[in-house]
Amino acid sequence: MMIDRRLLIHIDWTLLTIVFLIASAGILNLYSVTSGGDFAGTPFYLKQIFWLASGVGVMIVIAFIEYRYFSDFAYVIYAACFVFLLGVMAYGIITSGAQRWVRFGSISFQPSEFVKIALILSMAKFFRRPSDRKGYPLKHLAYPFLLLALPTILILKQPDLGTAIILVLIFFSTLLFVKIRWTALLTIGLTGAGVLPIFWGFLKDYQKRRIITFFNPDLDPLGAGYHIIQSKIAIGSGGILGKGFMKGTQCKLGFLPEQQTDFIFSALAEEWGLVGSLLLVGLYFALILWGLRIAVQSKDRFGGIVAFGVVAMLFWHAFINIGMVLGMMPVVGIPLPLVSYGGSFLFSTMMGVGLLLNISMRRYLF
Amino acid sequence: MMELNTQRMEEFAGRYKYFLTFVGIAFFLLVIRLWYLQVIRGSELRKLSENNRVRILENPADRGMVFDRKGRVLAQNRPSFEVYLVPEDLKGNPEVVERVGEILNIGGDEIQDRLKTVRRRAPFKPMKVKADIEWKELAFLETNRVHLPGLVVDVRPRRSYKYGDLASHLLGYVGEADENDLRQARESRYRMGAFVGKYGVEHRWESDLRGVDGGRQIEVDAMGREIKPLRSVKPIPGNNLFLAIDLDLQKAAEEAFQDKNGALVAMDPRTGRVLAMLSKPSFDPSIFARNISPDEWQSLMENPFHPLQNKVIQGQYPPGSVFKIITAIAGLESGAITPQTQLTCTGSYTYGNRDFRCAKEGGHGTLSLHRALAQSCDVFFYQVGLKTGVDRIAHYAREFGLGRPTGIPLPNEKSGTVPSSAWKKKRFGTPWYSGETLSVAIGQGYINVTPIQLLTLISAVANGGRLYVPQVVEKVEDISGTPLKEYPPAESGRVDVSEKTLQIVREGLLGAVNEPGGTGWASALKGVMVAGKTGTAQVVRMEKNFRKGDTMRLPQRLRDHGWFVAFAPYEDPKIAIVVLVEHGGFGGAVAAPIAKKVIEKYLNLEPGSTLQTGEKPQDQELDYDD
Repeated sequence: MMIDRRLLIHIDWTLLTIVFLIASAGILNLYSVTSGGDFAGTPFYLKQIFWLASGVGVMIVIAFIEYRYFSDFAYVIYAACFVFLLGVMAYGIITSGAQRWVRFGSISFQPSEFVKIALILSMAKFFRRPSDRKGYPLKHLAYPFLLLALPTILILKQPDLGTAIILVLIFFSTLLFVKIRWTALLTIGLTGAGVLPIFWGFLKDYQKRRIITFFNPDLDPLGAGYHIIQSKIAIGSGGILGKGFMKGTQCKLGFLPEQQTDFIFSALAEEWGLVGSLLLVGLYFALILWGLRIAVQSKDRFGGIVAFGVVAMLFWHAFINIGMVLGMMPVVGIPLPLVSYGGSFLFSTMMGVGLLLNISMRRYLF
Repeated sequence: MMELNTQRMEEFAGRYKYFLTFVGIAFFLLVIRLWYLQVIRGSELRKLSENNRVRILENPADRGMVFDRKGRVLAQNRPSFEVYLVPEDLKGNPEVVERVGEILNIGGDEIQDRLKTVRRRAPFKPMKVKADIEWKELAFLETNRVHLPGLVVDVRPRRSYKYGDLASHLLGYVGEADENDLRQARESRYRMGAFVGKYGVEHRWESDLRGVDGGRQIEVDAMGREIKPLRSVKPIPGNNLFLAIDLDLQKAAEEAFQDKNGALVAMDPRTGRVLAMLSKPSFDPSIFARNISPDEWQSLMENPFHPLQNKVIQGQYPPGSVFKIITAIAGLESGAITPQTQLTCTGSYTYGNRDFRCAKEGGHGTLSLHRALAQSCDVFFYQVGLKTGVDRIAHYAREFGLGRPTGIPLPNEKSGTVPSSAWKKKRFGTPWYSGETLSVAIGQGYINVTPIQLLTLISAVANGGRLYVPQVVEKVEDISGTPLKEYPPAESGRVDVSEKTLQIVREGLLGAVNEPGGTGWASALKGVMVAGKTGTAQVVRMEKNFRKGDTMRLPQRLRDHGWFVAFAPYEDPKIAIVVLVEHGGFGGAVAAPIAKKVIEKYLNLEPGSTLQTGEKPQDQELDYDD
């Protein structure tokens, strides 16, 4: 592949700097969270560094492939991810009651993470031709809805509610971005409101209970409710300046659940206080704004929609995760981009960043 | 290749400001919330984090009880007092460990070692030191409690089985949840260390018996003492099970079996309800509930008679002469013989270049089916087998449910083996030799059955051909007695055999118990007609000059297994029974008397029973007014 020299001039250093800062904060925090406890094997932060380095490699490759190829192969990529999801159902590894992983040789990964990227690419491909002035009518949306529904159902079955929610949010955000008719929007809204109570009637009692406690963790004081209280204690006890690096007691004493993944922000807020938390939240804000700018400045519709999809993914992940640990939102397993521990998620995030970089570099070309 | 689509890009720019506003508001909310928690509530939450003041106390649900069909308790819960230490609270008082160890008779060093390993991970989580402490120890700890900070004594329900090893294979046992259980528990949340059903009914009805655990969220002071409860969740007790077995009958069966090894199972041929079930040697299920010791486990695993195996559903044995029931049915139904067909037994039968012997030395002479069944003549059935052919025999064996699980709702049921020419081709790649048909015709050779399969077989003979799925649970009720589930009789099929054939077989089985020369005489009862069939399953092939009386001179592990299957009363069958005595020798001698005692007990239990036997006290004459 020939790399156009003009591309190198246009590398988006702002984007790279923000991503690098967030990822560094993430590794530093992970080091603190997982040291001292009895976590066997290679330290988590080393594994995370390794994944980050490979993720940067993937990002560079993605950034330098002309993105029209992604458009050409969008549905192929989507189909491949879907096959992997089916593989999870058939041969997946079961961990703590959920079947989310597949293994190839010594590598195991979560295909549902890559479905997010596949959905973004295939939606961009579908919507790259503009509708008329009023926006897309409902009858044109059947195919995109199918694109959403197929993987979402499989992912719900695993069960992985968090990822399914992210897919749905990416989907509807993108619909708003490409503009659908307000009548279509209204119909979707009303149908949703009409179908939900019927769906509710079909649920078993324990499923209803689970959903109710999901929206109101206080009703589950021994499970989710307890986790949220401990998380709030952790964050609040950090105060303005924090307890200091490696000094967070809530985290060190094992009171935070999933402290290296979903609740990692609580650990950071405990040790770095309001100052550190605001800094990290600020970095995410900058990342989102910069990404939105890339989306609207893109030279063509496909690039614009892909960039927007990636931004939507990053935004919902960050917003829901932080909102959850702060006790403002339901307790759902949605990790924090570039900060939570986990190889597959880090990879899919870096792929998204690679796409943003790609689109950003090429806005002056063609 | 795609064309560059740059139409109406300005629309994107137009929507930019809306998205910008939305993202701005979202992040502003996060900042406000951070401010609220870290600045406004900062000092309050910091206090809670010191010494971690908010803790959880578990309150496990009572497991559902298990009753017999008449509501008598078989499995229940008893309180167990358990001692915990909170590692972090011990920091300032290291002498507490020594003291507690002394009272409980455990080395202080041993506790220290375990404390060290948990302290790092969860120093505020109470660590269990000893379960099931004695009253004396409890009293001692309670009176000294003020001097023992960091000590927690908690009462937890423990499973207890009222009659020890009675029906242990049916009841099963509970044990602490291991990683496997936790992984499989998709829908429910098990705590680590919670008790779950691992075997038998306890396992199969786990979701009914378990209930929902509760607990309390409490705030504690710096010494770990409770200041105030924050929230609590009441545990919901599990549901109660009513088994189909009858405690009195089960007791009678266990008594009759004495210290022999083997299996016994009885059911009502009209419904498929299992009335008694035992497998010997048995085990005491409560040892699993109080954390089985390595020694106890070792001795269970190394016992050569497999106490942890439920032989009723997992033991696979050649059915021996019991299988002649099937050979007879196959012969009659296929027209190979009629009830009048006369065949001659001279004590042995020469086929190919081999002599096949009869159990009776000197032979039975010329006889027809009825006497052949009653006296269990091998030579008669060798000839019936040859006339009928192995594949037709196999067909009728499968018709009666052999070769596949009966569907009894207990884990790991085995399916046995029904050999046929196709089966042998597939299994060994060799054709069937007709000499092998002779062995199969009398229930030896490749054929294997479980006791529960023979039970459904004999029930079908008794009830006119209906196969039932054996049922062990009659109903499930919640704690207040509201019925939740009922298990009505479940017919799994009807055998395609004429009533006339079944009647001929039933008469033969009646003869086996009641006619002179019948092999099942040891089960004959006064006042009630029992019909049955004996069987002897070879463990090793008999030597050339082997005589029947030599059985008892063999080492025990090489002796034959004795079978007896029966139903009674003959005119209106209410109980069907299978008894297998491992290495017991001749079935008529060892298994039939056991079956007799159980049948007698059951018919006496039946309301309106008029059964009179010699052993019965005479004051039962009042029964007449029924």
